[in-house]
Amino acid sequence: MLTKVTPRSDLLMFVLFTLAILAMPLWLAPIGAGYPDLLQKFAIFGLFALGFNILFGLTGYLSFGHAVFLGVGSYAAVWSFKLLGMNPLPALLFSVVFSALFALAIGFISLRRSGIYFSILTLAFAQMSYNLAYSVLTPITNGETGLRVLQSDPRLLDGSGSDTGPLISRLFGIEMTGYSGFYFCAVLLIVGFYISQRIFRSPFGMMLRAVKSNQNRMSYTGLNTRPYTLAAFVISGVFAGVAGGLLAVTDPLAGAERMQWTASGEVVLMTILGGAGTLLGPILGAGLIKYFENIFSAYNEQTLHAIFSFLPDVIEAPVVSIAGLFVGEGWHLTLGLLFMVVVIFLPGGIMEGLNRISKIFSRSKPKPKFTSSSQSAAAAE
Amino acid sequence: MDAIVLQILNGLDKGGAYALIALGLTLIFGTLGVVNFAHGALFMLGAFCAVAFNHVISLEQVVVDPTKITAWGTPLETRTPYIEVWLGDTGTTLLNYSVPLSILLAVPLMLLFGYVMERGLIRHFYKRPHAEQILVTFGLAIVLQEIVKSYFGANPIPQAAPDVVRGAMDLGTLIGFDPGTIVYPQWRIVYLFFSLGIIGSVFAFLQFTTFGMVVRAGMADRETVGFLGINIERRFTLVFAIAAMVAGLAGVMYTPILPPDYHMGMDFLVLSFVVVVVGGMGSLPGAVSAGFLLGILQSFASMNEVKTILPGIDQIIIYLVAVIILLVRPRGLMGRKGVMET
Repeated sequence: MLTKVTPRSDLLMFVLFTLAILAMPLWLAPIGAGYPDLLQKFAIFGLFALGFNILFGLTGYLSFGHAVFLGVGSYAAVWSFKLLGMNPLPALLFSVVFSALFALAIGFISLRRSGIYFSILTLAFAQMSYNLAYSVLTPITNGETGLRVLQSDPRLLDGSGSDTGPLISRLFGIEMTGYSGFYFCAVLLIVGFYISQRIFRSPFGMMLRAVKSNQNRMSYTGLNTRPYTLAAFVISGVFAGVAGGLLAVTDPLAGAERMQWTASGEVVLMTILGGAGTLLGPILGAGLIKYFENIFSAYNEQTLHAIFSFLPDVIEAPVVSIAGLFVGEGWHLTLGLLFMVVVIFLPGGIMEGLNRISKIFSRSKPKPKFTSSSQSAAAAE
Repeated sequence: MDAIVLQILNGLDKGGAYALIALGLTLIFGTLGVVNFAHGALFMLGAFCAVAFNHVISLEQVVVDPTKITAWGTPLETRTPYIEVWLGDTGTTLLNYSVPLSILLAVPLMLLFGYVMERGLIRHFYKRPHAEQILVTFGLAIVLQEIVKSYFGANPIPQAAPDVVRGAMDLGTLIGFDPGTIVYPQWRIVYLFFSLGIIGSVFAFLQFTTFGMVVRAGMADRETVGFLGINIERRFTLVFAIAAMVAGLAGVMYTPILPPDYHMGMDFLVLSFVVVVVGGMGSLPGAVSAGFLLGILQSFASMNEVKTILPGIDQIIIYLVAVIILLVRPRGLMGRKGVMET
């Protein structure tokens, strides 16, 4: 978007971003997305994708098991609720600590390989965690039922038994649902965006980009790239952990299905759709996918009939039945198609599309772009 | 001792399925250099070929007999499959053998599908990075499984094996154990031999035909084969179709063991990838032996004796093996030196 990167333009971008996020209830209301539950999802999954982008967008390592950290973050937060009480701050601290530990362990092993082997290793770890959470670890994860906070839990800080109302996370008396919940998530998203922006502009970020474009050359210059990639992996794991913690804060329960590899695939899709390696892309992608998921899965036969009622009956019936495949239960079909279309035609995601459009309009010859496809091509070499 | 033999047998049929899928994956990877995340979906499509075939041949003719009234007060309906009406006893036999017969449907269908998929999609991804290949085939897998879901529903659809092989067989008596110790479902034995047969024919095809020779040469050094004036891409298209067919056949014959549902492909895909990695990327014998090996390992891990020592091991054993293999011997059990080692 911004062709020239200066501290000033960065600051401008950050301020605009902050304003846009905080004003989301206002400018999203006309398209029917201005209600808190969905806004919370935007912020949480935006944070998740933002973190994933630090790993995939900068280093080019495609992790197919990133949802593990989301799940771990959720479980850690719910355990903090159970043990310490419903305050979200210790819960998020728990999420950060545990997701960082998991990321450190998984990253330490997985990063010894690159390319497709790395993807398979992370996938293997994710599947292991998922399977264990469902079976042996049931005392910790409560298996298929999912972990939830009970009235009988100790909750040392708010004291058990005294609270008889519904168990909602409270930040010093403010209930973490509705708009206050959204603003809590939004603040964390903005903090996350700031961190991610600083990483993108730092020498550390440059190093990660260098790893992506040519890891061999980095090694030949005598540099050990492992600590850098591991740091990126842990940071991105912590982002995912905080996102998982926030999921638990807004709705205090955690389930193993958050760790399934389809969930990992979803965050990959968000990042790719928005544009891997760009700052805003992943958040945009996450927002779009959650928005369309919400819109499309709400459609059913009746609404479709209402939409296409202007057509003559002969045409309407087949149109409705075909469109019916893509909405409601069939939303995943749309998602899959969208995924393929983006990867085939626009591997740089929406941000690349926007760039192309702005190039057409500006006519001035911009500097050769460092597109993500050429970057990852180099990384795979 | 008998318990060990039983576990080995138990692992073999699952191992057969892993081996067949992994064989196709390796073929595709070795020839085209493409990581096909949609291969599990091909397995699933094969299984649903059997379901569709069964649906078609068991279409029923409904005869309403108004003179007789059922207990519910409605006229008596007699339902007979058309195929029985037309062909009599032959029809009944055909119906009974619907699973093996659906191979006849699956072979051309999967070949065609593989061909179309390679020409229409995969071809454009040869030069793209592996990450993008993974992503686009992953998207295709989602699309395929959602289409299947919308037509066949989300519930598993059980398929029956032919009556002859429906029961269990006391294998133990054949090899000198006490009767009743090693009882094994007959269909699984059929599946084992079927998968061995398919594996054998794929290997024979690659080893003893000119086409296979060219393909092997192409796997070893694609460029040189191209310089010799051979259109290697055309052959690779066919290889892709064959790999799709192998996965499809594995799916067809697996239906009596596991009632097919729309996400079975994904479940098998992850495991098959692990199998390929353990066997060694691009090594066909590696894929096959790792398939059987991991199948057997998994069935050993689900023994109660093992589970009491290491709880939960049955859930993770395959992944654990993959992690260890990748760290200790990155090229896999039988991978060639220098092929995809990093």
